[in-house]
Amino acid sequence: MSTTEVRATATVQDSARPPRGRAPRTVEQANRRLKWAMLTPALAFVGLMIVFPLAFTIDLSLTDAFGAVNAEKRHVGLRNFVDALSDVRRFWPAVKRTVVFTVGAVALEMVLGLALAMLMRKPFRGMRWVRTVLIIPLLTTPVAIGILWLLILDPTNGVANHLLASVGLPRMEFLGSVSQSLPTLMLIDVWQWTPMVTLLLLAGLTTLPEEPEEAALVDGANAWQRFRHVVLPMLGPTIGTALVLRAVDALKTFDILYATKGPGGGSDFETETLNVYAYGLTFDYQEYGLAAAVLVLFTLFIVGVVVTLRRRSGRKDAV
Amino acid sequence: MTASHATAAPRGRTGRRRGLAWLRGAAITVVTLIFALPVVWMFAAAFKTNAQVTDPRVGLWFSPTLENFRTIVEDGQILRSMGNSLLVGVVSTALSAVIAVPAAWAVGRFRMHRTGSLVLVARIVPAISLLVPWYYLFARIGLVGSYTVLILSQMFVSVPLITWIMISFFAGLPVELEEAGRTDGLSAFGAFWRITLPLAAPGTATASLLAFVFSWNNFMFALVFADDRTQTVPVALFNFISYASTDWGGLMAAATLITVPVVVAAVIGQKHLVAGLTSGASKG
Repeated sequence: MSTTEVRATATVQDSARPPRGRAPRTVEQANRRLKWAMLTPALAFVGLMIVFPLAFTIDLSLTDAFGAVNAEKRHVGLRNFVDALSDVRRFWPAVKRTVVFTVGAVALEMVLGLALAMLMRKPFRGMRWVRTVLIIPLLTTPVAIGILWLLILDPTNGVANHLLASVGLPRMEFLGSVSQSLPTLMLIDVWQWTPMVTLLLLAGLTTLPEEPEEAALVDGANAWQRFRHVVLPMLGPTIGTALVLRAVDALKTFDILYATKGPGGGSDFETETLNVYAYGLTFDYQEYGLAAAVLVLFTLFIVGVVVTLRRRSGRKDAV
Repeated sequence: MTASHATAAPRGRTGRRRGLAWLRGAAITVVTLIFALPVVWMFAAAFKTNAQVTDPRVGLWFSPTLENFRTIVEDGQILRSMGNSLLVGVVSTALSAVIAVPAAWAVGRFRMHRTGSLVLVARIVPAISLLVPWYYLFARIGLVGSYTVLILSQMFVSVPLITWIMISFFAGLPVELEEAGRTDGLSAFGAFWRITLPLAAPGTATASLLAFVFSWNNFMFALVFADDRTQTVPVALFNFISYASTDWGGLMAAATLITVPVVVAAVIGQKHLVAGLTSGASKG
């Protein structure tokens, strides 16, 4: 908060009392007071619930906090960070899974989402119903989605293997095996979130001007050329927004992983991402200090991804 | 593509265009089925006996039974959790709207983008890194397991969400109306309260509905902060997996009960929900 902002907040606190002869003289003055009166509750909430806890987490990451929450804790410097970064059994595999999951799932979601958006771009009969169907996966409780796919993908009784067998393909283990669990969960994520990308891009497509495309049509550009050289560049900022939104959420995926594979991401930690790892450290092992260090590293990682993606997509105003 | 184009084109091209339109219709149908069928499969399984659920040859044609729902109702835990989720969702959404809508107005109306981007911090930070300190704090004052903590922690999601959606909504409203109100003798707050806020009602409704759905779905916060008495639907469902993992029918009935309100919301508020979910992304 800059100094002018601090001063303005102070003014609001003054003006919360009846003005008593200090009534705002101009419209601007009144607006400014109101502006800060309206902002203060939300800013206070954000400060209390986010800024303070973040500071606490950073402090916690420098201590040996363990066990009961009111146990004594000592500052141990960067030991937790050294422990985390030298842990090749849980930490680094979790980093790798987080990256694989995010890159794989989001790349598929972007390509499929863009293809679907182009497919649905021009109005068609039943558009309303198709859009309704598209929002259902992204509004449905992720735990319910996990359960529904556990049933469909059940290795012995699931309909997925039944369908595979009926067209002569080999049966799969899906979530029942160490090697297939993560790819399976990526596909579930693709099923759940591709509609989000499609809807975002459809909204972006409706705001594009028609003239450039018409001009390209007159110049004899075919459908692919119009898409590649006219629509795609104009849609760039919206694609960037969708990419950042999906990347941030995919990095933080927790619900379907935990609901389908349980604590630790399975017997061999096969779906344990950073988020699942940090959760287990905190609430299953009470390793608060180490967990906080992992979370600080995880947060920095996400911020790095967001900054990189936003710089590359040239977008300043929206995540 | 307009009709005049099509009639002007030679016959062969018309045929090709019709073929393409047919292909597009078929593709859209297939895609829609891919997204709809898993959910339909879950709904269907809720009305099957356990023998039918675990037999993939039983498709969508069978004689339905309400047995699974009877089990759920008799057990009571799922219904109780739906009550808890309703309470947490309504209270957290209402409180969030009260502080987020005015803030969004200030940001949108005065173009305070730097302050507005604080909202993004809340989106980026992993929720667990806030859960640990909250847990520390709330465990010390003995609040873990209470509705208060569930509501407060949910507001961490709802306040930024509602603010985010409403900023672009307010930015799209004309300033002139408020200014006309001021000229007619309304105070700055009066102009907001009597003119802008009523105009923003549809946006507020959308944002609140989305915030409620997110609260209804939130798993991690409830997993940490709820106890047996206050557990919300995702946690009840999660626990159900572990103590009734062979009762697929019951599980599907529970999942169906929890999903139906969301599907109803999607059908009724389809247009507005899409606008809410995609707000901020469509301004080029």
